[in-house]
Amino acid sequence: MLDALPLVFALAGLTLYTVLAGADFGAGVWQLFAGRGAHAEEIREHAHHSMAPVWEANHVWLIFVLTVMWTAYPEAFGSIASTLAAPLFLAGVGIILRGASYALRAGIESRRELRVIDAVFAGASLVTPFALGAAAGAIASERVPVGNAAGALFSSWLNPTSILIGVIAVANSAYLAAVYLAADARRVGDPELENAFRTRALGAGVLAGAIALAGLVVVHADAHSLFEQLTSGSALAALVASVLAGAATLALVAHRHFELARFGASLAVAAVIAGWALARYPTLLPGLTVQQAAASHDALVALLVAVIAGAVVLFPSLALLFRLALTGRFDPDVPAREDDVGRGRRSIGAPLGARVAAALLIAGVGLLNVASAPWAHAIGVVSLLAFLVTAFLQIAPSAIGTDG
Amino acid sequence: MSQLAAALTPVHQRYLLEARQMQALSFAVHIPLVAFGIAFPVMVLFAEWLHRRTGDPLYLTLAQRWSRVMVALFAVGVITGTILSFEMGLLWPNFTGTFGSVFGLGFAIEGFSFFVEAIFIGIYAYGWGRLSPRAHFASGIPIVISGFTGSLMVISVNAWMNHPGGFHLLGGKVIDVNPLQALFGNSFLWHELIHMYIAGYIVAGFLVAAAYAFGRLRGRWGRYERAALAIPLTIAALASPVQVLVGDWAAREVATMQPVKLAAIEGLQASTRGAPEHLLGWYTDGQVKYGIAIPHMLSLLAFHSWNATVKGLDTVAPAQRPPVNVVRISFQMMVGIGTMLALLGVVYVVVRIRRKRLPESRWFYRAVVLAGPLSLVALIAGWVTTEVGRQPWVVYRVMPTADAVTGAGGIPIGYGTLLVVYIALAFAVAWILRRLARKPLPSADTPGGVHV
Ligand code: HDD
Ligand code: HEM
Ligand code: HEM
Repeated sequence: MLDALPLVFALAGLTLYTVLAGADFGAGVWQLFAGRGAHAEEIREHAHHSMAPVWEANHVWLIFVLTVMWTAYPEAFGSIASTLAAPLFLAGVGIILRGASYALRAGIESRRELRVIDAVFAGASLVTPFALGAAAGAIASERVPVGNAAGALFSSWLNPTSILIGVIAVANSAYLAAVYLAADARRVGDPELENAFRTRALGAGVLAGAIALAGLVVVHADAHSLFEQLTSGSALAALVASVLAGAATLALVAHRHFELARFGASLAVAAVIAGWALARYPTLLPGLTVQQAAASHDALVALLVAVIAGAVVLFPSLALLFRLALTGRFDPDVPAREDDVGRGRRSIGAPLGARVAAALLIAGVGLLNVASAPWAHAIGVVSLLAFLVTAFLQIAPSAIGTDG
Repeated sequence: MSQLAAALTPVHQRYLLEARQMQALSFAVHIPLVAFGIAFPVMVLFAEWLHRRTGDPLYLTLAQRWSRVMVALFAVGVITGTILSFEMGLLWPNFTGTFGSVFGLGFAIEGFSFFVEAIFIGIYAYGWGRLSPRAHFASGIPIVISGFTGSLMVISVNAWMNHPGGFHLLGGKVIDVNPLQALFGNSFLWHELIHMYIAGYIVAGFLVAAAYAFGRLRGRWGRYERAALAIPLTIAALASPVQVLVGDWAAREVATMQPVKLAAIEGLQASTRGAPEHLLGWYTDGQVKYGIAIPHMLSLLAFHSWNATVKGLDTVAPAQRPPVNVVRISFQMMVGIGTMLALLGVVYVVVRIRRKRLPESRWFYRAVVLAGPLSLVALIAGWVTTEVGRQPWVVYRVMPTADAVTGAGGIPIGYGTLLVVYIALAFAVAWILRRLARKPLPSADTPGGVHV
């Protein structure tokens, strides 16, 4: 049980990454297909502004999955990363380009620059989900054996099943993004944009569903054991649940219940991932069970405690971020908050005591650089850090802006 | 070479050197951004705090403009850090596969730091004028804290690689894993953490100050520029002398825990009583040529004793020694630059205290312009000292780097691609910084004026 718990966390993280970061990538896809003209420009702007405050937080789910995997199942992680070096590297480059375009967009001054940056952004938004999906497909179709780069460098992820899953990842991202952006457009009160993204959501949703269903044929031919796993027992139930949830979200989108539709879409993704995991359990990689791959008891306990403690900090913070984003507090034209700053016009730079700073410095040098006991070093370092703070407050603020 | 039974079978990798260079490249790109991740939020918040205290709109403008730069650099820090995470698996699967359970916890906790950092950077950057001023200021504080905890976690991993513990080997298998002991019960952690954390303030401080010092030499010198120069420069000027003290501590820790690294730093071939220190010079044929020898200095510095014995390189077989000149030259670069930065810092502090104003000499500002890039060189040189000085081990005296490497092909292709991407990234960052510097100052009366 303990052995499998980190896997549950990792899969939950993967689901969140697929749903949240997937929507970020999908926004890039829509920028790519926006076309030209004023309407297209509007679509691009909307896609950018909705995602900019949240993309970094969404991205961290990927880091979370990686770290949990290598801590809890190091051997499996090493095997996966070495065999799938090519798609993972590709995804990495895509992540660099995409993140860089977010940074660069702040500095653009002309349409032309904007177009170049958006093109890079959009291209990277296609490549990254495809590569990550293909990597997942490689694992699912049992093409990643245990060992240091023991699988094939290319055919492990360039095969029918992997390509299929890569394509589904892209289509699904586009769908999720369209739903999200439609909801966002409604919040901003732009019915034209809302309609544009509603249409896109319906199109992409139908397409993603169709590819997924048609893909079962591909999987049947290419990865028969995966097909059997998926179409029996609890996995089948999960698959059916996913199809139902997917169909339901389409109906919700059609009726403009976008927020509910997002949850429905998340459910559909979660069901597929859970179904797949259930089908394979306890196998992690061919010939390696979850139990065999798991780190020792103490390491797992430490990880679980860390994850739970982290979650206590994380979820309230995330809730705050999304509440601000979803209630439109980050929108460009929201009226500014009243600034109550500097009411007292207090002056600063009251003497904090140069003597204290000097004493801390002397104590620090004595304890850190002359003495040699570890406890002395500890106090010495703290004294030096305290010296830095006091000395800074002593000289920095006073009349900085006016002298010279 | 070692008694270790790695999780995956070690393979021969033709391109081990390229793999190492790829790793080093990725670090060299990430680490300057980390310096900004550590120190910049503090500067931005300090400016915002000054505004809250004084009501002077100048500080608000400063905080808002800096926060745009902070966001851009953070994004680049995020992506370069992601590449590093990938490389733990892509380049060193056997390192991660064998020891992931020992050190992985550090990265897992670090992941939560990144979450907090990313979330609050989003709130801070997009919350100007949209949150109440107090809430906005408060939203910056978690960024500062998570910058510290993030460094703590990742450095705990590095300290563990340099001074491994918290597990046993039984028949070559890793057993009795105690990650807390491995990561935080490690005496190597503390000097690395403090030295790096202070380095973050030095690098970010001098680089930001350098931009405004350059402006001053070009005649841009209003109230705004003076404030924008004084804040980072004061931070860096105070931190640099302290860094020398911390560096001395670091050297003494290395002397006891990694004697071979110290011997490489000094180019000391045979164990010597009352060992001399060599400045400059080139290590060849088992000795430092063309250097300036200071008798007894090494024993004195490393062990605080005139006649202490310092272990030499020949205490281990030649195959177990790091490349001496790389380590030595990097170390001397760091110390040389560090000393100059400290002197510059002292000059600044003395002028500030005695004359109660900023220095006026053009030479001072020329020196600050130089100090920016040089501090960055010192930062990277320091890491090269630490990391190359650890060679040929990835886990010191437990796992050789050659056993850790991936068996996958195509490393040179990956390396070349990454090199091109990173060069493009460097240009992109330079471009965006110039653009952000050129954008007109947002009027301080419209707090919503900043749009990132
Ligand atoms: C701005 C940057 C900077 C400056 C001015 C200095 N250092 Fe440094 N040094 C670093 C930045 C750095 C670092 C952050 O790059 C390293 C790499 C690993 C670490 O913990 O800090 C480092 C490592 C490092 C090590 C190896 C520690 C290890 O392997 O664990 C020693 C012995 C020193 N330093 C000593 C010094 C001395 C004596 C300095 C004084 C003049 C000095 N450093 C200035
Ligand atoms: C193997 C080594 C390293 C790995 C795997 C790594 C990983 C990462 C990752 C994944 C991020 C992005 C976080 C996000 O998505 O928000 C990041 C950013 C960061 N890393 Fe690293 N890192 C490494 C080395 C270091 C070192 C040596 C330090 C410093 C002391 C450091 C400190 C930071 C900080 C402070 C950030 C925040 C970025 C910013 O504010 O610009 N990392 N790192
Ligand atoms: C704190 C986290 C860090 C971790 C976990 C880490 C990990 C590693 C690993 C796994 C390798 C490859 C194996 C090896 O060559 O020994 C390596 C090599 C290297 N790292 Fe680090 N490192 C860290 C920080 C840094 C930083 C901040 C730098 C800054 C420049 C750096 C510079 C290098 C260099 C130059 C090499 C290549 C050594 C050689 O080829 O001889 N490292 N590091």
